[in-house]
Amino acid sequence: MGSYLDIFLKSIFMENMVLSYFLGMCSFLAVSKSVKTAVGLGAAVIFVLTLTVPINWFINEKLLGPNGVFGMDLTFLRFILFIATIAATVQLVEMVVEKFSPALYNALGIFLPLITVNCAILGGALFMVSREYNAPEAAVFGFGSGFGFFLAIVLMAAIREKIRYSNVPGPMRGLGIAFLITGLMGMAFMGLMGISPITYFQ
Amino acid sequence: MAEVATPAVQEKEPLFGKKERKLLVDPLNDNNPITVQVLGICSALAVTSMVKPAFIMALSATFVIALSNLTISFMRKGMPKQVRMIIQLMVIAFLVTIVELVLKAASYPIWKQLSVYIGLIITNCIVMGRLEAFAMANKPWRSFLDGIGNGAGYGILLLMVATVREIFGKGSFAGFKIIGSSSEYLIDTTTNSWFSWYMPNNIMVLPAAALFVISVIIWVQRSRNTKLIDVS
Repeated sequence: MGSYLDIFLKSIFMENMVLSYFLGMCSFLAVSKSVKTAVGLGAAVIFVLTLTVPINWFINEKLLGPNGVFGMDLTFLRFILFIATIAATVQLVEMVVEKFSPALYNALGIFLPLITVNCAILGGALFMVSREYNAPEAAVFGFGSGFGFFLAIVLMAAIREKIRYSNVPGPMRGLGIAFLITGLMGMAFMGLMGISPITYFQ
Repeated sequence: MAEVATPAVQEKEPLFGKKERKLLVDPLNDNNPITVQVLGICSALAVTSMVKPAFIMALSATFVIALSNLTISFMRKGMPKQVRMIIQLMVIAFLVTIVELVLKAASYPIWKQLSVYIGLIITNCIVMGRLEAFAMANKPWRSFLDGIGNGAGYGILLLMVATVREIFGKGSFAGFKIIGSSSEYLIDTTTNSWFSWYMPNNIMVLPAAALFVISVIIWVQRSRNTKLIDVS
């Protein structure tokens, strides 16, 4: 149990996709204008990551690995198959969002299909491979990194909603100050690197 | 007698008119993919710590953006909406594989250094962003020009950030050593008493520094062109 909690906390705080590895920046900066849309995109990313990381784990282990169905090392196909899984999942999410919440669909605009090429999603799948997680660990990691993205983007949106009332120099308003804040937050998150929560559970 | 409907003579559009010129020039400044459209930030953070990888990344990304725009624009009418993302990504992955193989054949040492970054082009949001925003609704020739323009705009910004980061972070430019604490450098801080105060700025090597540099570029760009300023 402890190791799952460890992976969960690590993927949210110490190894946050956005603020520690700087993955998934485009949608993070472009959609964080208001908390409402940020919550929508964050929820979509949680859903996609929670679904794709375990699916990609099965593909990697049962199809491509030397112990898989084909019995040979097909790992050179990894990129294409991972991306295909992700694209299919995002397509599903897009159809669901378009059907049930047209307002959110319009607010997210081009950044909804762009979840496919959100580096955080592919990064999650590749980290899962390089850290050699087993199936339940991969599921926990997928949900955890999705939740980390959700927290980061909601935090950023809240800061940007507040900063609208402060006296930022004209040309820096909006995007410029968002870049600056992200850089500072990233440097703050570097302070968390290397802490391992598992030592506190024992 | 019923009139035979003569097919309306289609007005011939010039191959390279005002609109086409705008497609090429706009992304360089007023509609820059990074500072205005907010696309392709991840790769801009990852490859800009040195000039050489940034340059090769810019070239190969331009190639992929232009050709995928062209291909998808040809296919746009027969493509069902429900599977368009998978098709788009297959085209992108195919083009990226070509770039990687060409680079491997042309120069093995550079390929070895850069193969990770080239793979990153698949998840570069500029490529798919332009496909969704432009190539799905426009004719092939214009889509191709749009791809070239956006690739160039992306490349210019990448080179600017990489120049600042390499000079201040490592004291060199495109591998040419300018200032540092050994005799390999042009200005050797151990013997040259004028520059003995110099220390390389290690923050510039971190990815966070790219965010700071880009935000300064945004500041300069928006104070020159006040139309871009966010009013909300």
